[in-house]
Amino acid sequence: MLMHSILLVLATFLASAVEMVEALTIVLAVGVTRGWRPALVGVGTAVVVLAAVVAVFGPALTYIPIDALRLVVGVLLLVFGLQWLRKAVLRAAGYVPLHDEDAAFRRETAAARTAATTLRAGLDWYGFTLSFKGVLLEGLEVAFIVVTFGSTEGNLPLAILGAAVAVVLVAGTGVLIHRPLSTVPENAMKFAVGLMLTTFGTFWSAEGAGVNWPAGDGAIPAILAFLIVVSLAFTSLLRQQRQRMPATPSIGNGGQ
Amino acid sequence: MAGAVIGFFRFWYEFIVGDDWTVAAGVIVALAVTYLLAHRAVPAWWIMPLAVGTVLLSSLRRAARHAR
Repeated sequence: MLMHSILLVLATFLASAVEMVEALTIVLAVGVTRGWRPALVGVGTAVVVLAAVVAVFGPALTYIPIDALRLVVGVLLLVFGLQWLRKAVLRAAGYVPLHDEDAAFRRETAAARTAATTLRAGLDWYGFTLSFKGVLLEGLEVAFIVVTFGSTEGNLPLAILGAAVAVVLVAGTGVLIHRPLSTVPENAMKFAVGLMLTTFGTFWSAEGAGVNWPAGDGAIPAILAFLIVVSLAFTSLLRQQRQRMPATPSIGNGGQ
Repeated sequence: MAGAVIGFFRFWYEFIVGDDWTVAAGVIVALAVTYLLAHRAVPAWWIMPLAVGTVLLSSLRRAARHAR
């Protein structure tokens, strides 16, 4: 049970940290170019919406019988986690470019400087919506992980704590250094989140389908170890394949 | 109205399933097989980890092939 709690906090902390690093880049770009008021009102509004999502769906899920919950949430986490893992492997192997916060910051500031100013509700609307959408969209993945992981584990507060600590840490660092957090090892963090979501998704979905795991909860570290070995082997295989290829464009930079 | 409904479902499809639907399809098929075996008292715990590894490898190989 203690290991479950550690992995729960770690998964929500890492997912939240990595998504907030990306959101911070957008908020900084808005703040520097359009002013801090629309940027911060956008952040505040998005945080309220995300908190409402967690407050509504988190407790609601606990009313679903645990076997059905584990099956549904297990499948969702597994499919969602495999997306993270797949993209992290493709990035690590060189098929998808690594997320570059400095480049994203330059892109966002250039776009924000040229956008027209429209005042609505006393706010620069472009700055507000950019900041709001940035935090909301990045935060939605965190809210999804917090709600599904937290309710299935029966410990929503712990899941929220992991995510909240990361938000405070990233926001605090952003306020202190006042520039994008480009040195954060984003892909390694995404790799870890993908592994944890896929591990719990595999465990819960199979359990929900009627499987009795040979070692009970002890199967979780075994699944995690298996997935780590498999993912690293696939990364190494793809990296070698990539090095043998002539220079070709990357697939894209898609989310997660 | 129809556009909003389509947009809503498209958002959630892209959010959960992403750009390779075969991953989700593979997971569902593996889970169905697991369910059938588990409810016939056949040990089925090994199916999901094996399926996850296979689905991941096949999706990665497809993505790598597209990059060529």
